[in-house]
Order: sequence, then C-alpha cells, then structure tokens
Amino acid sequence: MKTFLTTLSAVAAIILSFNANASGAGVHLDHANTDITDEASLQRGAKSFMNNCSGCHSIELMRYNRIAKDLNIDEADMAANLMFNADKTGSTIFSSMPTDGAQEWFGTTPPDLSLTARARGTDWIYTYLKGFYADDTRPYGVNNHVLENASMPDILWQSKQDKSELAFNQEVRDITNFLDYVSEPVKLIRYEIGVKVLGFLFILFILSYLLKKEYWKDVKYGKWRAKD
Amino acid sequence: MSEQEIDLKKRRFLTGATSVVGAVGVGFVLVPFLSSWMPSARAKAAGAPVDVDISKLEEGQLVRVLWRKKPVWIFKRDKTVLANLPTLDAELVDPNNTEDQQPEYAKNPHRSINPEVAVIIGICTHLGCSPTYRPELGAADLGGDAWKGGFYCPCHGSKFDLAGRVYAGVPAPTNLVIPPYNFVTDSLIRIGIDPKAS
Amino acid sequence: MDNNKNWIDQRFPLTKVWNEHLAEYYTPRNFNFWYFFGSLAILVLVIQILTGVFLTMHFKPDAALAFASVEYIMRDVDWGWLIRYIHSTGASAFFVVIYLHMYRGMLYGSYKAPRELIWILGMVLYIALMAEAFMGYVLPWGQMSYWGAKVIINLFGSFPIVGELILEFILGDYAVGDPVLNRFFSLHVIAIPLILVILVFLHIVALHTVGSNNPDGVEIKQNKDANGIPKDGIPFHPYYSVKDIMGVVVFLMIFTSIVFFAPALGGYFLEAPNFVEANPLKTPDHIAPLWYLTPFYSVLRAIPPMFGSQLPGVLAMFAALLILIALPWLDRSKVKSIRYRSWPYKVALTIFVITFIVLGWLGMQAVTPLYSLMAQIFTALYFAFFILMPWFTSIGKTKPVPERTTEH
Repeated sequence: MKTFLTTLSAVAAIILSFNANASGAGVHLDHANTDITDEASLQRGAKSFMNNCSGCHSIELMRYNRIAKDLNIDEADMAANLMFNADKTGSTIFSSMPTDGAQEWFGTTPPDLSLTARARGTDWIYTYLKGFYADDTRPYGVNNHVLENASMPDILWQSKQDKSELAFNQEVRDITNFLDYVSEPVKLIRYEIGVKVLGFLFILFILSYLLKKEYWKDVKYGKWRAKD
Repeated sequence: MSEQEIDLKKRRFLTGATSVVGAVGVGFVLVPFLSSWMPSARAKAAGAPVDVDISKLEEGQLVRVLWRKKPVWIFKRDKTVLANLPTLDAELVDPNNTEDQQPEYAKNPHRSINPEVAVIIGICTHLGCSPTYRPELGAADLGGDAWKGGFYCPCHGSKFDLAGRVYAGVPAPTNLVIPPYNFVTDSLIRIGIDPKAS
Repeated sequence: MDNNKNWIDQRFPLTKVWNEHLAEYYTPRNFNFWYFFGSLAILVLVIQILTGVFLTMHFKPDAALAFASVEYIMRDVDWGWLIRYIHSTGASAFFVVIYLHMYRGMLYGSYKAPRELIWILGMVLYIALMAEAFMGYVLPWGQMSYWGAKVIINLFGSFPIVGELILEFILGDYAVGDPVLNRFFSLHVIAIPLILVILVFLHIVALHTVGSNNPDGVEIKQNKDANGIPKDGIPFHPYYSVKDIMGVVVFLMIFTSIVFFAPALGGYFLEAPNFVEANPLKTPDHIAPLWYLTPFYSVLRAIPPMFGSQLPGVLAMFAALLILIALPWLDRSKVKSIRYRSWPYKVALTIFVITFIVLGWLGMQAVTPLYSLMAQIFTALYFAFFILMPWFTSIGKTKPVPERTTEH
C-alpha cells in the first residue's frame, strides 16, 4: 500500500512539475525579479507610471487613495503630484486619451493595465518595456521583440539613453513592480494574514489531536477495544 | 484485559478547550463576511465630500448640491433675515437646537458657521420630501404678514424658517438636519467634513 | 435542560435521530486516511455555499458588468478578496476531495453490493458537481470563461438533426452572451446547489441503511455481540466525530495555505487568461477547462472528427464519464478490498490511476501530434480498464478475506 502511494505521488509530482502555463510562443523572457515588499520601488514605480504611462494607459480598477494608503504616500502629496485629471482621491485612475484619437494616432486603444501583470506575468511586462528596437518600417520607428508590431512608441527611450543599463533596468523593474501590485493590491498583506491564520489553526490542530487521542484510548484499550 | 479508567476531567478539559478555540476561530471567520457588508471603497468614493464654490452666489439664490445622494441647500441670509429669526422663537418647536439635528458648531441661533451662509439638508423631517424655498416676506398662502421667509413642504404642509427650524403645529417633528461642513476658504464650502479643531 | 429536550422529542425525533445516526450508529473501527474525504466533502460544500452567498451580494450577472464586478469584489469590497479566493480555491479543493473520496471507493470495493445505490447517487453528485463548477467558471466572464463555454456548449451542437436547436436552447441566443451568462448564474447559485444538498442527503441515507464499508472489505454487521452491536463497530459519535474534526483542521491548514499564499496556484486554480475580459473577437492561444475536467476533455480531443462531426468525440467523453456508474456490475470479484485482491487487479488499478492523471495532464496541453497519440493510447487504456474488468476481476489468486477487521 505504502509503495503504491509513493509511486503515485512520484508520478503526480513529475507531471505537476511540468509547468502547464509556461509563456510558450518561444519568446525568451528576462526575469523581472520584482520584490513586492520593496515599498520604495513601488513608490518609484507609481511615480514613473503616472508620469510616463497614465497619459495613454488607464488602470481603471485602482483608486488613488488606495495607492496612497498601501504605498504609504501622503494623500495630499498624491493629489498635488500624481493626480492629473481627477480631483477626488477616491476616483479611479483613467487616462484622458480620447478613444477616437487613440484609434487615429496608434491604430488601437492603449489597453487598460489593471490586470496585465496577472494576465501576462511580470517577466513579460519587464522584457516588453526593455524590448523596443529601431525599425523604420513602423509608424513610430520602433518595434518590439516581445510583442511583434506593437503600436506603442518607446516611451522610456529618454531614460534608456540617459541612464546606465542598471539604472534603466531598475526603472523598468519599478514600473513592473507597481503594475504587479496594481493587478492584486491585496498581495501586500495576504501573506502576513495567512501566517497568523496558520498559527491559529496549528494551535487548534494540537488541541483537536489531543482530544482525538484521548477519546480513542477507548478504542485502543478501553471500553471499545478489539474483542473476539 | 481490564478496562482503562476514563479520565473524565481530561476529556472535559480537552473538549472545552477545543470548543473554545474553535468558537474563537468561528468568530474570526465571521469578521470578513460581516465586514463585506460595510460600505465598499466605491460607496465611500461616491459618498465623498462635495466642494461648493459660493463666490458667485447671489442674495436670495439657493444652490442645491447632492451629497451622499441627499440634497443640500446653500443660500445667503441678509441682515433682515437674521434679525427676524429670533422673533419667530415662540412659534417654533425647537428654537434652541435641543434635538440632535446639527453639529456642535451649528448649535447657535442661525444654525451655521457663518451666520450669512446657510447650509441645510433639504429633506423634510416628516416623511422625506424636499420642501420648496419660499424666501419672500408676507407670502399670502403661508400666513401673509406673519411669514418671514422659509421653506414649505408641499407633501403634507410642514413649514420651516430660514435657519431650517420647524414651526409648531405641522407634521414634521424636528428641525431640518445640518450636515457636517467646513469653509476651506471664505468662498469654498466642503460638505461632509467638520472644520478642523483649532 | 432535560425538560426542553423532552418537549422537542415529543414533537420531533431529535434524540431518536441523534442516536440512530450518531451516538448509536456503528461504524467500522478500522477507518484509515481514505475515510476522511466524505466529511471533508460536506465541509467544502458548506464553505462554497457560504462564500457563494456573499459573493452573490456583489456580483453582477450581466455580460457588460460581470468581469468588473469580480474585480470590485477583489478591491473595493472589504475582505471581498478573501471570500473570492476561498470560493475559487474551494472549487478545486472540492474536486481533490471528491477524487480521493471516489478512489477510496475503488480501493475498498465500496461500490459493491449492497452499496450500489450509494455509488450511483455519488456518480449523479459527481456529474452535478462538474456542471456546477463549469457554470461557475463562466460567471467571471474572462477570456477562458467565454471561450471555454463556447467550446463546450458547441459540442452539444454536434448531435445530428437536433444539434442547432439544442444550441439555441442552451444559449438563448445565437452565440455565447448575456442570456447564457444569466441562466448559468441562476443554475449555479440556486438550482444546482439545491440539487447537490438533496443528493448529499439521499447519499447519506443510502449509506446509513447498509452501513459503511471498511479497508478490509469485511461486513461488520455479520458479527454482532450479545447486545446486537457489531463486534467490529464503534459508535460514530464521539469517535469519528472527534477524528473528523481533527481531519477538518488539517484540511483547513492546507486550504488556507493555498488561499493566502498561492491562490492562483501557478495558473491551475485561477487561469491567467481569465484575468482578461471576454472578447468574442479574440480567441486565446490555448483553450482548456480547469484541471478537474481535463481528463474527460482529453478523451474528447483524442477522438478525431468523423464524417465532419465531433459527435464521436462527444459520445466518447460522455461514455468515459458514465461508464463509472457501471463499476458495481463490471467488478466480478468476490473480494472487496484491494488488500486481498489478485495481482492482475492491482496492476489494472495502478494503470488506471496513472491513465487518469496522464489524461488530465494532457487535457491541459496544447494539441501536438505526440500528445494526440498519447491521448489516444491513454483513452484506450482508460476504456480498457472497464471493458476488461469482468475478466481481470475473475482471474488471479485473491488472498483469503478475514472474518473480522484487522488492526493497523
């Protein structure tokens, strides 16, 4: 019986280790190595996102005051420096780009980025933002290694030019980190809560185990022990 | 073999301890479910404070804004109106704000921070209709010369003065509610937040 | 307190039921690890109903609003994220528990006479559960919700003559859209849960009528003492109530680990494409149902279209599911428990388990010629298990079955 179960688990383990959700499509993705516990990185990412990206891309599922609270940004600071087209901090974050304008200028509407990190993964976003290269055949002179014939211009080109590779990568990492947080804000706190819940359940387990052992004495050698 | 002695005390203790910890666990589990009923971030955002610019507010003009889906009236009161208010005390149910219908800073004869600017929730305290603004002195259908300006509720005939205080002998039992509000600047009123303690 | 009890007992069989089904209901003394999963299944059903009720308070079953309403729950509703994760994890946990529960039945011959009806009711429960899970997955209206629904519902269009009519009937429209979302919502929230609860009740009534099987496959009612109590039986309460409570806590530890530390479980419990709103104009690279439906999806894909119709594949898929019901009659062995079965049977069961797992894994992969071939081989193996069962359960040497349960 035991050997049977061990073989079974081994088979299952082997099969489950095949990552059924690899990015596929053959594009090699760099590792983003984002750290969602790095608050400074998230704050930089928020600033970078609002300044560089929010002109075209909305993150409509986020509210300003949520970002302020989660990333420890003073709400007044947020209102003064990071809110460009809203006046209430409870508003959701949308870009001001008109859809027909977008169609005309880019051929497509820049997608909302609220869930991109969950749908495509942080590695994808990181590699994509770094993956622009010169291509004269494209309307904005750039193409992208990760998303062929992307309609997006290389917004971060100035940073790429002015900063060292390490610094540029960090900026991209910060934006990716921020988008990772945006796709699931509760990720910041669910680990902590989980640890506490597990701790509590462990105590409950000890008690229920002792309780079971105590009553089962009856079955082992007490009133309900095995009889002929 | 002989039967094992049952340690009743131990059993009772373990059963009790497990039950208590289990019950605590159930209590913990209830928290997220019950909390999910509280106003969500979306509801709170929609119920956020409303700013009103009164720099262009004219005498006699009533501005109506929605705060938390309730109509809030803002209008100016001149010296005549303010002088008339105390003369009405005898005809009112609660001339001195004894009922809890206003914040601390509106517990005064004019029921506001600035006597010249009224901020009142426009919902009749009888059954919830929105009364009409009748500032004109001596209105014939409201008592002629005795009418010093105020509000008349068309649904059941309740009457209020220009500080929102209810007249005696009408269906409405209490004065109109004054919302929390403060003056961000002399001409910008923020409805929904009390003034900061100085 | 006793007076209150008497008052109730005179009007309601409270003490009678308590005794007959708990305190004086005799269960075999030798239950092992495999016997936790029945009570765990009830636990998960309760968890799903509780979280489901609260999700329904905020979810909007409208094609234009559904996706955003799920994110509203995740972000704006206090603790909404936790209720949602418990529900999504619970859906997968339900199937883990049920597959282990069913496997116990196969290990110990719990489906054999006189317990065939328990097995049949269990199978109906399994089918209802799959329908419930499928419809639940459509509700968030992500890309996988929409396209998965499209693929599976279109299968029903493969029936000759009535196919188109069936499609329009299910969809309430000419394509997957708002009408099917709304009716799936109704079925998922109330109709099928009611059916599940009633079936669980019937399943337990059928069980209590004959009493539980056990890992030795010994009928404990055949050896009673002077008081008419099975010699190998112990009262369910307090012994199995206390043991099951312990099992519940262990299960909750694993369950909450997933909920708090890895709710998407690498894409197995929450699929990445479903974080993109349904788009009828953009087909995802890869459409697959969630892991618990993939073994049958594999069988469907393994059978190529014949005469321009998917019908053979569809019929094979349903056959793969329904043939499980026949188990009590296909199994000709006199021996119930694997502990005393012949080697041919043990080999066959092992192959079956591997087959089921491999088919499940294949169902999650994109189609390639190699995987297609593998799917066909393993589909053949899957059906072979059942078709050959009357044979391999009649051959080989079985060990003598003891009169009484054994202690381990």
